[in-house]
Amino acid sequence: MFVKQLSVFIENRKGRLEDVTNVLKDNDINIVSISLADTNEYGLLRMIVSDPIRGKQALRDQGFSAMLTDVLAVRLPNGVGKLQNLLCHFNEAELNIEYMYILATGSGNDSMVIKVSDNEKAASALEKAGVVLFNPDEAYAIHE
Amino acid sequence: MIWNETKECMSRDEMKTMQGARLNKLVDRVYHNVPFYRKKMQELGIEPGDITRVEDVANLPFTTKDDLRDNYPFGLLAVPQSQIVRVHASSGTTGKATVVSYTRKDIDAWQECVTRVLAQADIGRNDIMQVGYGYGLFTGGLGLHYGAENLGATVVPQSTGNTKKLVDMMVDFNVTAIACTPSYLLHIAEVIEERGLRDQIKLKAAICGAEPWTEEMRLQMEEKLGIHAHDIYGLSEIAGPGVASDCQYHCGLHVYEDHYMPEIIDPKTLQPVGEEQIGELVFTTLTKEGMPLLRYRTKDLTSITYKPCECGRTLPRLSRFKGRSDDMLIIRGVNVFPSQVEAALLEVNETTPHYMMIVDRVNNMDTLEVMVEVDEKFFSDEIRELEKLTKKIEHVLRTALGIGPKVKLVEPKTLERSMGKAKHVIDNRKFD
Repeated sequence: MFVKQLSVFIENRKGRLEDVTNVLKDNDINIVSISLADTNEYGLLRMIVSDPIRGKQALRDQGFSAMLTDVLAVRLPNGVGKLQNLLCHFNEAELNIEYMYILATGSGNDSMVIKVSDNEKAASALEKAGVVLFNPDEAYAIHE
Repeated sequence: MIWNETKECMSRDEMKTMQGARLNKLVDRVYHNVPFYRKKMQELGIEPGDITRVEDVANLPFTTKDDLRDNYPFGLLAVPQSQIVRVHASSGTTGKATVVSYTRKDIDAWQECVTRVLAQADIGRNDIMQVGYGYGLFTGGLGLHYGAENLGATVVPQSTGNTKKLVDMMVDFNVTAIACTPSYLLHIAEVIEERGLRDQIKLKAAICGAEPWTEEMRLQMEEKLGIHAHDIYGLSEIAGPGVASDCQYHCGLHVYEDHYMPEIIDPKTLQPVGEEQIGELVFTTLTKEGMPLLRYRTKDLTSITYKPCECGRTLPRLSRFKGRSDDMLIIRGVNVFPSQVEAALLEVNETTPHYMMIVDRVNNMDTLEVMVEVDEKFFSDEIRELEKLTKKIEHVLRTALGIGPKVKLVEPKTLERSMGKAKHVIDNRKFD
């Protein structure tokens, strides 16, 4: 039900982002979606990739701090009020959103990646509301 | 002005005779009252009666900071606790502080020496002096305070932390003298300049110490503030500030050797080095009662000269300090050992003990940045959690070191490691 997000800690140093993508390229891992959160000192790279488990191992082998986190991948058609409607469900269930970014757009795959304070609770709240979640394998294979 | 002409201008022969007599009594005191020293002397086959002349000091055992730690807190007292009137403490190499105990007479001798420093800088009873060192366990604040009161000057116990108020009072009180770290004085000078108060300042003298500084800094503060600035040296193990200070000729720091007798040794062979040769400074506290120390190794590198000074004092002079023979850093006047950082990080479950300290001086204020590796164990995908961790490490380090560092998280395995001693410090400050 949950999608495994690959998170990587990177220092604000020249070429570090490219180093990460290079490791993934060499291991034939596709990046489906990417979000980079930055602070003064470092960045947090969050990605949905074609093979998160292998991706994490490959990055760790190269000395990166990498981890997997369960996140929700929610179908979200493009249209006025769609996001607001989705957030309403979280609000009613008293869930906090830690962060969110776009998973994919177009060709019927419009969707968001969302990390909330309580994934289980969020999933059941969304199910009740009739919101469709991506199943993980489907998410990893977008664009393939 | 020379505060104590008898002692400060004594002929070398007289001084050596007096030191010899004081050393003899000191050795007798520690042998009979401090088990630590009795054992050390017995191991070396020395009895108190063997030490009669000042030259005999070379036969005595050394004392190190580790010995103070091993006897923490009161194991080296040579008098009953009831005679101790005050305790000070400074940084130890690990978690435990270095504790020093004083009798009434120890405090008197210390304040007498601080008074000599102030008189040497031409400060007198008509002066109003701000003490801008920290008050508390640190010897800086109270040391200068008692010395200035003993002199009869008006003391403003400002302490550290509120520069605006300090400058306001400097103007309002017509303050004529100040004691603080040299970097803080340069910072104060900048604040005065920014606020356009230069012509309302009556300051004429500054006593600066607790951290290394350069001749260039002295000329800079003298020009910026229209003052004469003097270097004061000391360490809590011996007394506190006021062990040595420079006169108006600024050609080395006169050591008050009637109380605190210096030697310079080669830190490797532990043999004395010749006059004007650089080595490690060692002190024997000739008159101390509470916690007297034989041949305490300061780890400060300097040289000594016994040539007479133009000022008329016969006290020997130490050259400007050349650094340390250990890895101690002085940051904003506070002694910091890298091993303290390591010990503190070990207390934080989420960190590895790998770290790098970067010391710099920005706008005349020392900065400390500690780089800590992020590894899988405490890595999070949420910035909030990483910021929380940064704050936690900063808090732990501030508590351990007594100064606030900035913590920077870095990628794992990016900090240098080696089987032996890893390089843990990059000091970008220039003291030459």
